[in-house]
Amino acid sequence: MVNLKAKHVVGAHYGLRDWLAQRVTAVIMALWLVLFLGALLWNGGFDHASWKALWSSTVFRLASFLFMVALLWHAWVGVRNIAMDYLKPVWLRLAFQCAVIALLVAYLGWTVQVLWGTA
Amino acid sequence: MAKAQPSAGRPRPVYLDLLAIRQPIPAVVSFLHRVSGALLFLAGIPLALWGLQASLGSPEAYASFAAIVAHPLAKLAALGLLWATLHHLFAGIRHLFLDLHIGIALAPARRSAAVVLVLALLVTLSIAIRTW
Repeated sequence: MVNLKAKHVVGAHYGLRDWLAQRVTAVIMALWLVLFLGALLWNGGFDHASWKALWSSTVFRLASFLFMVALLWHAWVGVRNIAMDYLKPVWLRLAFQCAVIALLVAYLGWTVQVLWGTA
Repeated sequence: MAKAQPSAGRPRPVYLDLLAIRQPIPAVVSFLHRVSGALLFLAGIPLALWGLQASLGSPEAYASFAAIVAHPLAKLAALGLLWATLHHLFAGIRHLFLDLHIGIALAPARRSAAVVLVLALLVTLSIAIRTW
């Protein structure tokens, strides 16, 4: 028998938040993909000029920035899950997760540079 | 499962040789969901950013980028990442339906897993044939 009195609910309670964030960010990315495929079909393929024109539109830049924020957040939840499953020593997991966060934030900076840097 | 026996206190067999257990299709799709996600994180994000940056440069930069991607090995890598994207996308959409309690019985869950597995491979293959 399970001793119910011995059951303590522990944890930082971020499990549900992460679970939900994973799904919300997934839907945001799927919507961007619909937008991108729509642009692809509307153009009937891309040459260099129409490709550059697409990425210089403010609406598409903002949508892509939103996509990237969703992607990086989504990647954080997933990579953290993987780390919790396979990296058992605490120091190793902590170091890995710090490196992942640093990398993801750096990717966001790179994204801004790519989206707005080339004018 | 054999006979239900009171097992308290008795040593139970632990048999978790993942290579010897024949995995059901939903388990294969779930495993590949994780593998494809890890691939997209490790290689997909930086390569996509690099590719986008290169393709948005001058016409010369665009041409040199196109030349690199035209190399058979680069094409193969791109198709691998395309498969990872598609598998992750389709498996994710299946997951959202399961979250909504749609298709959670055994038979439809197995069917949808097979659809995810085959569809990702088929779309990858058809794009490979078109672009090779």
